[in-house]
Amino acid sequence: MNQWKNFTKGFIKENPVFVLLLGMCPTLGVTSSAINGLGMGLATTFVLVMSNMVVSIIKKQIPEKVRIPSFIVIIATFVTIVELIMEAYLPSLFQSLGLFIPLIVVNCIVLGRAEAFASKNNLVSSVVDGFGIGFGFSFALVLLGGIRELLGSGKLFSITIYPENYVTLLFVLAPGAFIVLGYLIAIINRIKKD
Amino acid sequence: MANRESSFKNMVITLFMVTFFAAAALGFVYDMTKDAIEMAKLKAQSEAIEKVLPEFEELGETYKVAAESSEDTIEIFPAYDGDQLVGYAVKTFTNNGFSGYISIMAGINQSGNFSGYEVLEHTETPGLGSKMNEWFRSTQKSSQSVIGKNPESHRFEVSKDGGDIDAITASTITSRAFLDALNRAYDAYKNNVVENTGSAGQ
Repeated sequence: MNQWKNFTKGFIKENPVFVLLLGMCPTLGVTSSAINGLGMGLATTFVLVMSNMVVSIIKKQIPEKVRIPSFIVIIATFVTIVELIMEAYLPSLFQSLGLFIPLIVVNCIVLGRAEAFASKNNLVSSVVDGFGIGFGFSFALVLLGGIRELLGSGKLFSITIYPENYVTLLFVLAPGAFIVLGYLIAIINRIKKD
Repeated sequence: MANRESSFKNMVITLFMVTFFAAAALGFVYDMTKDAIEMAKLKAQSEAIEKVLPEFEELGETYKVAAESSEDTIEIFPAYDGDQLVGYAVKTFTNNGFSGYISIMAGINQSGNFSGYEVLEHTETPGLGSKMNEWFRSTQKSSQSVIGKNPESHRFEVSKDGGDIDAITASTITSRAFLDALNRAYDAYKNNVVENTGSAGQ
């Protein structure tokens, strides 16, 4: 099958945030800055790729009825690995994402891909799918985080773009996440129509 | 796709194998990262101590002070320059932040005033409460900074509550929590250092 298509579908056509509307909790929660969005996106990508890989390798060995519990254990293992590694080598990022890392376990994107894709496709396709969806998710989070950071604190990747006196604080707060996400989904829908 | 049959035996074996390998992998990674995590935490702590105190050479023995209401302890690090005591770094905390726990490293110099502070851990709202790491050291207004003051010379409460410190705009709760942590630090310092040694900074 066309692996390139498998990879790129995650960006626009099947973007987990804008089109599938999965994983809304971390999406809305961590995107108060672009760098947080990027960190969360890459951590999720790692978990997605690894869990897709393992699931597609052992899919034949797993009896139908204990499929979901097995997948959850696999996903939780990789999430904990990410958490430990991040705490050890990227302590400042770990501090700002803190609570949301363990929540990757219950991110429906990861389980969704394991269930809907990796358990039905071969190893290569599953890994490519993991990267595609993961990067699509990261892309969405960085976009959302960047817009909120720019409007809400006048910075982009912590570099000041314009003075803080002109910012609209609302955008780094919870309602701002919903407003920006709503507009982005509308724009993506418009693009997809063409 | 021919999956294995969902017999009881197969299910038990599968789940056992999956959890077994997961546990092994986690044990391995935990072991690998344990030292690095410890180091990162210590490094963050010693960097914070260096920031909040005037220059010093070495740290003396740490005091641990049990907090009254929770299991958290306040730690006091005396800092020396040769034989000369330059001040104390106090690792303090509060549970009253807008999103709960905040931990702060506060420096108290020889004259018993705050010489600096550094927020170690917090989950306050970005853009509002998270400003506390800059706000309370800003020299824009004299009633905003806590540097060079102590809870005896000034009332460490936000001005809205009748205190002498201006709260962060739109973050009164965080400001109250911040001052609560500093008051706790000062109390711990006073009860343990001043009483034991007779007078401040000796």
